Amino acid sequence: MSEEKMQKTKAKEPKKKDAGKVFLSELSKSSTTVTILAIISGLILGGLLVALTTEEVYTAPSFGEGLKVALQAVWKTYEALFTGAIGTPSKIVAALQSGDAEAIRRAFNPFFESLVASTPYIFAGLAVALGFRVGLFNIGAEGQIFIGALCAVTAGIYLKGLPHIIHVPLSMLAGALGGALWGFIPGILKAKTGAHEVINSIMMNYIAFRLSEFFLTGLLKDPDKFIPVSAKIEESAMLTRFFAHPIRFHSGFFIALLMALLVYILLFKTTWGFELRTVGANMNAARYAGMNIVVNTVIAMSLSGALAGMAGANEVLGINHNLAVAFSSGYGFDAIALALIGKSHPFGVILAALLFGFLRNGAVQMQLTAGIPIDIISILQAFILAFIAAPAIIRTIYRLKEPDFEEAGVKLSGWGGN
Amino acid sequence: MTTSTKQMNHGAFEYTSPTRQRTMGVVFLLIAVMVFGFFSRGLDTSLVTTFRMSPGGSDVVAPDWIIPSSIVINILGFICAALGAYQLVRGFKNWTNLVLGLVAAFFVFSFLTWAAAEQSLNLAGLINSSLIKAVPLTLGAMSGILCERSGVVNIAIEGMMLSGAFVATLVGSLTNIWIGLLAAVIFSGLLGLLHAVLSIKYKADQIISGTMINILATGMTSFFSAKFLQKYQQLNNPGRFPTWDIPGLSKIPFIGPILFSNNMFVYAMFVFIVVLTIALYYTRWGLRLRAVGEHPKAADTLGINVYRTRYVAVVMGGMMAGFGGAYFTLGSVGRFDEVMTAGRGFISLAAMIFGNFVPAGAFAAGTLFGFSDALASKLAILKVPIPSEFLLMAPYLVTMIVLAGVVGRTQVPAADGVPYEKE
Amino acid sequence: MDPVLELRGITKRFPGVLANDHIDLTLEKGEIHALLGENGAGKTTLMNILYGLYDPDEGEVFVKGNKLEVNSPSDAIAAGIGMVHQHFMLVPVFTVTENVMLGYENLQPNGLLDRQTAAARIREISEQYHLEVDPDLYVKDLSVGAQQRVDIIKLLYREADIFILDEPTAVLTPQEVDELFTIMRKLVEKGKSIIFITHKLREVLEFADQITVIRGGKVVGSTTPQEADQRLLASMMVGRAVELNVDKKPADPKDAVLKVENLVALDDRDQLAIDGVSFEIRSGEILGIAGVQGNGQTELVRVLTGLAHPVDGEITLLGEDITGASPRKITELGTAHIPEDRQRDGLVLNFPIVDNLVLNTYYIEPNARGVLMQQDILLKTADDLINKFDVRTPNSVTTVGSLSGGNQQKVIVAREFSRPIKMLIASQPTRGLDVGSIEYIHHRLIEKRDAGVAVLLVSTELDEVMQLSDRIAVMFDGKIVGVLPAAEATKEQIGLLMAGVVSTAAEA
Repeated sequence: MSEEKMQKTKAKEPKKKDAGKVFLSELSKSSTTVTILAIISGLILGGLLVALTTEEVYTAPSFGEGLKVALQAVWKTYEALFTGAIGTPSKIVAALQSGDAEAIRRAFNPFFESLVASTPYIFAGLAVALGFRVGLFNIGAEGQIFIGALCAVTAGIYLKGLPHIIHVPLSMLAGALGGALWGFIPGILKAKTGAHEVINSIMMNYIAFRLSEFFLTGLLKDPDKFIPVSAKIEESAMLTRFFAHPIRFHSGFFIALLMALLVYILLFKTTWGFELRTVGANMNAARYAGMNIVVNTVIAMSLSGALAGMAGANEVLGINHNLAVAFSSGYGFDAIALALIGKSHPFGVILAALLFGFLRNGAVQMQLTAGIPIDIISILQAFILAFIAAPAIIRTIYRLKEPDFEEAGVKLSGWGGN
Repeated sequence: MTTSTKQMNHGAFEYTSPTRQRTMGVVFLLIAVMVFGFFSRGLDTSLVTTFRMSPGGSDVVAPDWIIPSSIVINILGFICAALGAYQLVRGFKNWTNLVLGLVAAFFVFSFLTWAAAEQSLNLAGLINSSLIKAVPLTLGAMSGILCERSGVVNIAIEGMMLSGAFVATLVGSLTNIWIGLLAAVIFSGLLGLLHAVLSIKYKADQIISGTMINILATGMTSFFSAKFLQKYQQLNNPGRFPTWDIPGLSKIPFIGPILFSNNMFVYAMFVFIVVLTIALYYTRWGLRLRAVGEHPKAADTLGINVYRTRYVAVVMGGMMAGFGGAYFTLGSVGRFDEVMTAGRGFISLAAMIFGNFVPAGAFAAGTLFGFSDALASKLAILKVPIPSEFLLMAPYLVTMIVLAGVVGRTQVPAADGVPYEKE
Repeated sequence: MDPVLELRGITKRFPGVLANDHIDLTLEKGEIHALLGENGAGKTTLMNILYGLYDPDEGEVFVKGNKLEVNSPSDAIAAGIGMVHQHFMLVPVFTVTENVMLGYENLQPNGLLDRQTAAARIREISEQYHLEVDPDLYVKDLSVGAQQRVDIIKLLYREADIFILDEPTAVLTPQEVDELFTIMRKLVEKGKSIIFITHKLREVLEFADQITVIRGGKVVGSTTPQEADQRLLASMMVGRAVELNVDKKPADPKDAVLKVENLVALDDRDQLAIDGVSFEIRSGEILGIAGVQGNGQTELVRVLTGLAHPVDGEITLLGEDITGASPRKITELGTAHIPEDRQRDGLVLNFPIVDNLVLNTYYIEPNARGVLMQQDILLKTADDLINKFDVRTPNSVTTVGSLSGGNQQKVIVAREFSRPIKMLIASQPTRGLDVGSIEYIHHRLIEKRDAGVAVLLVSTELDEVMQLSDRIAVMFDGKIVGVLPAAEATKEQIGLLMAGVVSTAAEA
């Protein structure tokens, strides 16, 4: 009965006309509504969790009081989250009035810090999204981030005497190449042996963790420190910061935006992208059409790895300026959720990355003022991911109409690779 | 008759790959070369290696095993070379993988003999430690087997185990360790149910659903740990399962202290291996479960409820992972630390694949991975110039090699990861 | 006495389609009842309803006079209804015994599976009905015919009385078909009743006791083999008197375009699939390859189009050696390929039509300049081709997956025929299409032949091969066992060749 089924799958993706219209066309699709509702529902559930874990709620004298305390706790949490991510309006106004440059920078810092937090998300999200477009699940972004950071830091430390304009791109490139290698291996194994890239890239993650441990306790270790941490990179390898202390906002953000644009052009405007997407949508048809599956799979995984590697490089060259064990804390896994929220479209990824960056940065403030552990962000992300992965839940809750076309969501094959 | 002709033809053209035969032969020879090159060369022939045969702290004492290092290594190297030569010329055919295992074992033993030459190595302790480290890996792998044999990919073993570890601690601290264990099993079973609902009912991608559970579990356990366990330390003190000596058996030298003087989790693991093997291959339930994982439509046309079978399997898989997770707290350190499973759920996944989706295989793989883990911590003592990080990479590398088909294909259930669409 | 089975007013709607429209059907005890209809007429839907795989929107089922509620296959099985599906419902890595006992397991007193008892019963059944199946073998090691017999044993094991056989002869050789019909006779003798779904007229006339014809989801008539003939049944099936012959001029073959010499190739399981095949095709002729599915035709096409590499032999296209060449090289030399499985190989279903039309020319000027795709040109070309090849679609950015099978095939034809070609390889070009589309494709193929293209037509539909081809090569077991001029070939002759009976054919 495939004919009947086919009729349900209608036009999924009209050709994108130009970059500007993408936002509009994405917005007009009903699936965007689902995405937004998924985010809202995630926030509501998070609020519920906060309310339920506030001890004062249970010690309140009456039910009404308890409810009030609960609502206050939730309000306080999200207020802290918001001001942590954007800044406190009153402080901004006060700072502007005072005219003190340092105070103004401090007032605006939360906003810039959110952009800083979004930057690795953009890189990593692009990495996963590119994989999805080619039918590959790069769950190894985390490991690629580590290797990218490792290579970038090595280039940042050991290349000496280079001018800034050369040293930065070179270190960034080193990170990209390291990540690319880490994506290349599962890619070539998939292409040549059919071994599933999910398992192999999970394995590559742990190999990367061990490898960075090895280097940080050995060759790269800063001999002056007791903890396994690398030396600082050369000044010339640091990404440009645009403002004085404390704003850490740096040029990595713009590099990330540029990469998003490049990925967009690659995927939707070039013959290479046409091949990549064809391989992702129907490998047999791609083979029939004379496309080289092995090359495309390997290129896709390598490019994906390179983007993830740049996320790692961005962190060490832009923010940390050195490498410590376990510095990434799950960017690579969050990127999976993020790519899905962004519908594997480069511009969608930017939006989703901004959301995640603001959440993550806001959560730091939230932990300080509202006493809510920062881990609630992971919980929120998990909820959102669940709703995005199973849109039928959102449609049922909010009584949305079934879409007149079936979304060609991410479809992956089993371990057997069939 | 046409049919019989075709059948015969079908059989006649089946042949064993000569490439694989030769590759394996070369591998065996390379191992022999490595044994001679790394371990035998430059080793003083007068040295002896002492293996201690009772784990530290055990009162069942077995005499030390003292062997001449160089001679033993050379003999093992020679056997490897001979096996390699035979494989190249004649081939071991169906026995190839077994011989590969044997050669690998010789290599490892040569390594140990070399590393501990002139010193002593506690072999019993090493084996016992491998076994203990294999417990969560094997339990996790069996969680995977339950799910994947029914056709649902489970990469959420890590998250389920982590949640199990946390819930066991929390509930165990409030009540007692047995109820804590039960709570862990139930809670992870609920996570299994969540995975099942998302991937079976809502047909969400199973890898995404699994990732979501991993993120959720990490977030939840860290959140509650930060909010409550750190504030009220008494909530993070459940106690541990004691060591049970099996009367009689635990007094056997060497074997006794290794196998029969452990805590409940080790014994439970063995029971689960046996029970799950019987259940999968000798019961109606297992036959149906495997059928659903191989060809769900065929099962459906025979009146088997594909969805219900998968639900049950995935929930049971979650429970198994919860049991394995409880080991980390109730069976090992006796307290919960954030992200304490540290990727062991993913090694379990590797053990499941390496073990060919069979409980006994999962145990073998788990023990092997446990061994590399146990050995890594001994290297520093033996002053061997190999970084422990590289030994710790072994499980991942081995899995990748297995998946690449170098050691023969694994038997992945045919419908694994494919949502079933009832038309 | 009540009939064994009675369907009354069965109606099933799918979104946009009325698959079954008030269908009535009566099956008497001991009867072989043929359910005849084209692909997509609603036969399989009806049987899936009866078997509990679909819920009907309206209608009732009676078994031996009692109303039956079928909500799942278990209900059907309990009522003695069994089905042999078109694609066998067998687990390849299970033994015959495990497959047969699945869902209906014998248990030992201790609760474990009792494989011995089950195997013994299978041997008994196998003997009783001459099914010749060894219960201890793995299903993956059995021939197609034997696998089908395992599916039949499954029903006998469950003591079913009503057998539904869905297109059971599609994958069998003529000899295996005869064996199957012997088995069916045996079943009927022992009091079973059979519904037999098919679209093959010959089988219906030879083996059925009663015939019901379905068209467009409706019963259009019932008859018996005694009252009907091929022409009548065909017109009932398709709704108008069909032209059984395709108009075509005699061929005017010129130079050889494709030469294949002593080709040897393996299939994807590394089994020998093509065993020393040699032939040539000349410009302006259609060489048809006849044969039962699975005798190497699929692999032959894959090797000729570069999708698989031969182990031995030589392929020459227009004087150039293309043995082991890439699909792209072969395409660029002027080969068009209509693949056997259009949805799997020929199209990207969730890409728009415009992209599918340039699937193998996307990188060539003017479709692309350098690496940049020229979207405006692509859209314009697509609109032209949609008009020229009569693809029914709202516009060129509609996804191909939402088109009907016939229109999907037209997209492929538009793509392949719109560039200058010298060689056309068409594999099962009309499989699963409606009559209108079949005629359309046939005419296009002849048109290309007349334009001087060398055409290789691979089809398991013997009628199609005989109507279109100028020469017919028959494949059996990886070899070409005979090449006949189409004008002189008879169906019987080809049928014997297809079954591998070479000597008899040579005598004839």
